[in-house]
Amino acid sequence: MSTLVVADHDNEVLKPVTLSTLAAASEIGGDIDVLVAGYDCRSVAEEATSIGSVTRVLLADCEAYEHSLAENVAPLVVELSEAYTHVLTAHTTTGKNFLPRVAAMLDVQMISDIIGVESDDTFKRPIYAGNAIATVKSNDPKKVISVRGTGFDPVLATGGSAEIEAVSNIHNAEMSEHVRDELAKSERPELTAAGIVVSGGRGMGSGDNFAILDELADLLGAAVGASRAAVDAGFVPNDMQVGQTGKIVAPELYIAIGISGAIQHLAGMKDSKVIVAINKDGDAPIFQVADYGLVADLFQAVPELTGALKA
Amino acid sequence: MKVLCAIKRVVDANVNVVVKNDGTGVDLTNVKMAVNPFCEIGIEQGLRLQEAGIASEVVAVTVGSEKVQEQIRVCMALGADRGIIVEAEDDLEPLSIAKLLKGVYEREGPQIVIFGKQSIDGDNGQTGQMFAALTGLPQGTFASDLSINGESAEVTREVDGGLQTVKISVPMVLTTDLRLNTPRFATLPNIMKSRRKPIETLTPDSLGVSVERHTEVLDVGRPPERKAGVKVDSVDELVDKLRNEAKVIS
Repeated sequence: MSTLVVADHDNEVLKPVTLSTLAAASEIGGDIDVLVAGYDCRSVAEEATSIGSVTRVLLADCEAYEHSLAENVAPLVVELSEAYTHVLTAHTTTGKNFLPRVAAMLDVQMISDIIGVESDDTFKRPIYAGNAIATVKSNDPKKVISVRGTGFDPVLATGGSAEIEAVSNIHNAEMSEHVRDELAKSERPELTAAGIVVSGGRGMGSGDNFAILDELADLLGAAVGASRAAVDAGFVPNDMQVGQTGKIVAPELYIAIGISGAIQHLAGMKDSKVIVAINKDGDAPIFQVADYGLVADLFQAVPELTGALKA
Repeated sequence: MKVLCAIKRVVDANVNVVVKNDGTGVDLTNVKMAVNPFCEIGIEQGLRLQEAGIASEVVAVTVGSEKVQEQIRVCMALGADRGIIVEAEDDLEPLSIAKLLKGVYEREGPQIVIFGKQSIDGDNGQTGQMFAALTGLPQGTFASDLSINGESAEVTREVDGGLQTVKISVPMVLTTDLRLNTPRFATLPNIMKSRRKPIETLTPDSLGVSVERHTEVLDVGRPPERKAGVKVDSVDELVDKLRNEAKVIS
């Protein structure tokens, strides 16, 4: 048995979610190689060599892979996958984009978004917005799997001394090109990796009002998230959305502010260790999953909370 | 140019699904069904391309048992010109659905094929990308904006870090994200008109596609339940609980 883990990265650093993907690979067992496909991304490969559970690091460094365009990355992964029984990557927007393409080219039914490894061919995954957990057995000779980061505790990034092996195969399908990125810049921790998340919903009323959440988040060293309602209303950008079709988070502390608690939002945060809800509607469904609920006007309660924490 | 919109019949987004006690799945008896919300956004996008004079025809296609007629009728009431149903079992795997839709693609020859980015039942998020692989087309996934300029299209995609815009050649595959558009409601005259619109029925055999299962669902269970906690009366009490009981802040 051997697994190829396709690294999630930005050509500079390895995304922490790759360490969770490696944890899933370790549970499956066998040798684990990591593929770093990108451009000018040797630093990412070097970072991967120091991870204890990694045997080899394959580095495909070429312009065609710079932006992880699925049309170029998928044929590369298909070609390299020949030597492996399992191909894993993180269930991020990058993985979700290219991995189904890989699976179809291999005539394999991919297993998406796993949260548990039962054996080398059987996996657990949430369905119906996490309201049910399916145990799925793959009968394909090769398993193609995307991994939910919050489902696995990350492996240590140290203790390894793997070799880097250059991969020179260039696949450029020449039917897609990158035009531009508009990426959010924030000094705060990334949503999916943060220990504390402060999220706002429709009750925030406007994008400007998110300033009171920013203040609280900065005090706590937290990331700021939002419900779909707040994103759809244009209060905040899409990359802040927590939920079934946005980001899945599982921090130590999740503070839901002005969020009613729609099914699809709960799907994105109910694995958090401690949940706090602040909402003026005492009947809001969010209180059914909250460890601590405060029925209050958020515009009074949040500044008061920030003040109390400063004291 | 022709637009093909692939849609899926799913449990209505507002239904609280109940897991069956025998571990075989969720209970769908007498549950309200609907067009998957992301697929509805796909139909809307097709209609907007038609209204902008870019698309000449919008065709809605789905795979499933005869019950899916209801959802194809909904798409035609929204404005799709005609419907295609590939008759098959209701719970086919995404790979099989992609293979069947490839057969439909080869018969219809559309320039744009639109999918929802995921269905809210299986939550797989695979069919559009798999279809793109099988047909050799480029893909613009999780789209929040689309502009078509003849032989190519610019697609703005919702990615984890923000937005990414790619340029892909046409014919192409698009998968929709939430912010691409807000779907319209069907009007009464359009509902009446839709009753006269044609639905073609195909079978896997007529498309020359064999569907076989690659996976088995061994069990469907309930997630660990989360119990409601306590209501606190004040911010001070909340801070005290977080510091001294939950110990999650210092």
